[in-house]
Amino acid sequence: MSVSDEPRNYLNVDYRFRSWLLTTDHKRIGILYMITVTLFFFVGGAAAVLFRLELMTPRGDLVLAETYNRLFTLHGVIMVWFFLIPSIPAVLGNFLLPLMIGAKDLAFPKLNLLSWYILIAGGLVTLWSIVAGGVDTGWTFYTPYSSTYANTNVIVMAVGIFISGFSSILTGLNFIVTTHTLRAPGMTWFRLPLFVWALYATSIIFVLATPVLAITLLLIAIERGLGIGIFDPKLGGDPLLFQHLFWFYSHPAVYIMVLPSMGVVSEIVPCFARNRIFGYKFIASASLAIASIGFLVWGHHMFVSGQSLYAGMVFSFMSMLVAIPSAVKVFNWTATLYKGSVSLETPMLYALGFIGLFTLGGLTGIFLAALGVDVHVHDTYFIVAHFHYIMVGGAVMGYLGGIHFWWPKMTGRMYPEWWGRLSAGIIFLGFNLTFFPQFVLGYLGMPRRVHEYVDGFQVLNVMSSAGASILGVGYLLPLAYLIWSLRYGRLAGPNPWQASGLEWETPSPPPKLNFPETPIVNHEAYEYQPVSISE
Amino acid sequence: MNEGFQLFPEQASTFASRVDALYFFLLLVAGFFTMLILASIVFLSLYYRRGAIRNRQRTHSQKAWILEFTWIAIPLVLVMVIFAWGADIYFDERAIPPNAIELRVVGKQWMWKIQHPQGRSEINELHIPLGRPVRLQMISEDVIHSFYVPEFRVKMDVLPGRYSSMWFEATKTGVYHLFCAEYCGTGHAAMEGSVHVMQPSDYAAWLAGGEQQPPVTAGQELFTRFRCNSCHFQDTQPRGPSLANLYEQPVRLSDGTVVTADDQYLRESILNPAAKVVAGFQSIMPTYQNQLSEEQIFQLIQYIKSLSTMPATTKEPAPLTQPVQPKPAEPGEIK
Repeated sequence: MSVSDEPRNYLNVDYRFRSWLLTTDHKRIGILYMITVTLFFFVGGAAAVLFRLELMTPRGDLVLAETYNRLFTLHGVIMVWFFLIPSIPAVLGNFLLPLMIGAKDLAFPKLNLLSWYILIAGGLVTLWSIVAGGVDTGWTFYTPYSSTYANTNVIVMAVGIFISGFSSILTGLNFIVTTHTLRAPGMTWFRLPLFVWALYATSIIFVLATPVLAITLLLIAIERGLGIGIFDPKLGGDPLLFQHLFWFYSHPAVYIMVLPSMGVVSEIVPCFARNRIFGYKFIASASLAIASIGFLVWGHHMFVSGQSLYAGMVFSFMSMLVAIPSAVKVFNWTATLYKGSVSLETPMLYALGFIGLFTLGGLTGIFLAALGVDVHVHDTYFIVAHFHYIMVGGAVMGYLGGIHFWWPKMTGRMYPEWWGRLSAGIIFLGFNLTFFPQFVLGYLGMPRRVHEYVDGFQVLNVMSSAGASILGVGYLLPLAYLIWSLRYGRLAGPNPWQASGLEWETPSPPPKLNFPETPIVNHEAYEYQPVSISE
Repeated sequence: MNEGFQLFPEQASTFASRVDALYFFLLLVAGFFTMLILASIVFLSLYYRRGAIRNRQRTHSQKAWILEFTWIAIPLVLVMVIFAWGADIYFDERAIPPNAIELRVVGKQWMWKIQHPQGRSEINELHIPLGRPVRLQMISEDVIHSFYVPEFRVKMDVLPGRYSSMWFEATKTGVYHLFCAEYCGTGHAAMEGSVHVMQPSDYAAWLAGGEQQPPVTAGQELFTRFRCNSCHFQDTQPRGPSLANLYEQPVRLSDGTVVTADDQYLRESILNPAAKVVAGFQSIMPTYQNQLSEEQIFQLIQYIKSLSTMPATTKEPAPLTQPVQPKPAEPGEIK
């Protein structure tokens, strides 16, 4: 088919470079974000390769302590703020939200483009702080180390993250207004795909929590730059104030990272089980419950920091409660398989992998919410293992599942299925080998953020590093075959998965304005019949 | 110290077995639910795989609510049990026994300095007796550190500007790892040390072996050197409040509130005297910030604490010419 014969879609409507840099099309902006977060992912990943190599031996023999400390800071900062937080909302959310609700675009298309530029600006400032010598405070910037004692580019990095926060806030605002005002006729709240509910809950957190981070980073910069005592006790400040402010944002932030991923799973499982989702309203409510209760648990990061005993009790109690809605989702997804018709294509492998690994990671969260246990494992590798199970075993697997699921819609091409399944398997195995030993290391007492450790910890560290190398291969494979598929992948057609949802009722790739006329919705979400495909 | 490969840390304190018991219960619960979900997914994916001839007729709705309620209620009960159990341990970890041996710890980039009340001090090593509660009162000279002994299952952050405390009772002799568990800069990994748990008689011998001065004596010397006695011990028109029998007693402040003269109060009053002015006195005390290290502040507080062993019938103590000595320990007795 020659270029002139191809139907017009959002990709080929204009090939000029500036049509991409000045686009207000939510689909193109989603693609811009996808390229951006992928680049950041590999930067953060490269740091991890280096420090996992260092950790293969007990002595610090590959890099200096100063370098090691910059590497883990880089890894955390880039992965949290420039990969995990934007990934699903800004890539898949941007691409899919208008399509899923039957709209032509988001409520504020130009603001959407601005969000991307803000992320780029923040990212460049942060990368500058890294290239110009790095920062060694950890992604958590605890004071007074970061505000007074560190000799590294703290202010520049804080400014970079500060800027990027506005990208989140504007995206959240855009999504909330879009969901309220641009739903097609008949698309009632309870007919919305659960991915939309997840994005909505995430957007509430974006808008309410991110400003607190912005101010906290600003306060560090002010203290560092002007010597005003905010966090340093020698200047009359209180270091714990920082921790309260920081975690008030950063705990909800972890729900920003996981809620959209849960939304992706809620889309994939019904499709590949050919079954209506079990407990739609419960899953939708659970997203909102997680977002709300998530604002009330920040003190569980501070059980041994000097917080009062009673505050510790309250935060432990609330942290136990926040686990319940997550459990509800896991049970409902599993129940969706019952009396379904299950096939295990790549997106489903990622979704099922998410459920298993998120369950394990989430349950270890209960270990940490239990005060007596947390006192022992706080600031050890147990914590590192816990959050990587959720962030990598959960959020990243959800992201990859979503990328594979909607790849045909975004590009018009299928990815090679067997390579997809192989990579999912390699990632699953590599991931578990990397992070499961870290639970054991944590309970043994290995602290975080050390480049040297006692000899007895070596065997488990070698296992973890070996797993990391496998995981790295697992991530490089999709990069390769997805790019390959852009030219050589099988043409996909509008609905290769026979999935339900308005996005599948458009061509692949969709035209610039999505729908030739506004669709009218007269059925529930997930209208799957298990025996619709010939059995 | 066990330097070899281990999968589980030793239990060396009274807390260890309690924490481990909760941990094993959690492993059981987590293992059960993980296996349940894993097995369900594997079974359902296989049994209902595409192409398998199965009964897929769905009968619905009433049962769905019962199921949802059940799988909310059961986890809720479980997490509440876990909460209560964990809180119970935590509560006891924070309740310092009154007969604990009191040690003072200063954390700084990048070492631990530990002071025993009888005089010996150590760096990156902690010697304690078996079977006695030990309380560490800790402070940092710079950034936040965290004192962590994995085999005791306890840690506590060590903060600048504020005392934090932890306690433990060792149940097994041996040498155990001490780590700094709060990232504190370049030398964070180097803040590693050892805890030596000894038989009480060995500990007493070890205590007697040092050449260092008891902190209370050093505190008294500081008290004189920094002329504290010029305001705080005068027969007539004292410029500063009496420090005799002050320690851990209530103090009325000029704004009407009443606080307890604990370590934190005394430290603050030395470094920032204007923060809490005692009722009936002018705010004329100069600050000693940047003139005293945290260890010297510990020593001064030990001295002030020793002034509470004065019998209640004496008036204001005379300007000191004789040092006030605590009663020396009998052989074998541990203070």
